[in-house]
Amino acid sequence: MNETYGLRINGRDEQVREAWLGESLLYVLRERLGLPGSKNACEQGECGSCSVFCDGVLVNACCLLAADAVDAEVTTVEGLGAGSTPVQRAFLDEGAVQCGFCTPGLVMAVTDLLQRTSDPSETELREAISGNLCRCTGYGRIFAAVRAAQQGDAQ
Amino acid sequence: MTIARPRTVADALDALGALPGAQLLAGGTDLMVEINFGRRSPDDIVALRRVAELGAFEVGEEVVLGAGVTYSVLEHDLADELPALAAAARTVGSPQIRNAGTVGGNVGTASPAGDTLPVLAALDAAVTLAGPEGDRTLPLDAFITGPKRTAIRPGELIRDVRFRRPRGPQLFLKVGPRNAMVISVACCAVVVDADRRRVGIGLGSVGPRPLRATAAEDALAPLVDWDALRADRDAIQRAAALSAEAAEPITDHRATADYRRHCVGVLVERALTRGLEP
Ligand SMILES: Cc1cc2nc3c(=O)[nH]c(=O)nc-3n(C[C@H](O)[C@H](O)[C@H](O)COP(=O)(O)OP(=O)(O)OC[C@H]3O[C@@H](n4cnc5c(N)ncnc54)[C@H](O)[C@@H]3O)c2cc1C
Ligand code: FES
Ligand code: FES
Repeated sequence: MNETYGLRINGRDEQVREAWLGESLLYVLRERLGLPGSKNACEQGECGSCSVFCDGVLVNACCLLAADAVDAEVTTVEGLGAGSTPVQRAFLDEGAVQCGFCTPGLVMAVTDLLQRTSDPSETELREAISGNLCRCTGYGRIFAAVRAAQQGDAQ
Repeated sequence: MTIARPRTVADALDALGALPGAQLLAGGTDLMVEINFGRRSPDDIVALRRVAELGAFEVGEEVVLGAGVTYSVLEHDLADELPALAAAARTVGSPQIRNAGTVGGNVGTASPAGDTLPVLAALDAAVTLAGPEGDRTLPLDAFITGPKRTAIRPGELIRDVRFRRPRGPQLFLKVGPRNAMVISVACCAVVVDADRRRVGIGLGSVGPRPLRATAAEDALAPLVDWDALRADRDAIQRAAALSAEAAEPITDHRATADYRRHCVGVLVERALTRGLEP
């Protein structure tokens, strides 16, 4: 049976119409609500490229049933700002974006880290992005971007 | 497909009664993968995310962990009280998975590789099931009956896991290809219980369900200096060898049975050495 339900995404009320209730939040964001910022690379929680905030908590949108997020406040990478947050600017400035597929998820994970800890250690940083796979950069540029974003925040 | 979104255990049980065969959903980190890949297509879902009482925990003489307690809560809020469970939580998946995944989901899935399971086994944990006729409690060993098999009955849900809080070191160690995002090749938990003068040794990923190395425990207990909480190297090595014998590993795409057995010996020796400083 298909059903219509409401979601609250990036501060806006959205309607998911006549959808199969088994769809993940990732699928609904990308295929039904026109929000393709969250990427689909694995659909099994392994790559982090679909990372979103659900009531402020970093989770993988592919592991969240959309119909179970009805009363949650969901923030996707689109809700962070159009490339304008310190983390996003640092990723661009430091060349931490190559093919870019992992970038939205990494931006979400790094944003989460810097919200929790203003001055993360190297270990905390590695831990924070351990669930985000990047096949292009080798991560060096990503670490540099996080350091740059931190300094940007501090200024 | 329909979904029920109860806010209390009582309402969740009503929903299960009204939707026979409904699938329970907690953090979704096991179930959603199955649904995404079409391996499961439940007719009905009872989502437990809003059931606040399942997310609660109590740490006194007895520890009661609601089924909805996440790995993040274990690792951040209970690291001092429950060091082995917190250590196991820290090795699960990624921050995203730990924010969503729950103890109840780990026990409910009952995968041979579930990382909390050997710890709960070593702690002599029991599982409380809430059902239409009230609650019943089963030892973990009776609840998990085989790989991904449990004694849960239709209409029931896991309310909590509980165990007496032991006094003494508790450790968890795991082997996998890297330090994050890995399913255990082998893991072990050691729980030193100074009051009962026993050392619980739980083994994970080396059998159809979590194992207790009881022969190793029996051999070790009389050799521990219980006032100093120490054991000598010989006693520890003997217990590690007996633990490796207790393993029932299989060869699969992650590792060979021989390697897994070898891991058990190394891990148990290391954990006992850290816990009982020879
Ligand atoms: C990328 C990735 C990495 C992972 N890494 C690890 C790891 O390192 N170690 C590990 O042990 N696991 C790992 N897992 C598996 C998973 O995260 C855990 O098993 C987790 O504890 C499942 O909890 P959940 O709340 O997400 O369960 P769900 O997916 O919501 O449910 C899992 C099962 O338990 C049942 N269930 C849930 N709650 C209850 C309840 N209260 N009563 C009865 N049944 C219930 C559900 O019906 C379902 O069958 C990983 C998963 C992913 C996707
Ligand atoms: S698509 Fe969700 S973690 Fe990979
Ligand atoms: S930039 Fe291509 S995967 Fe990270």
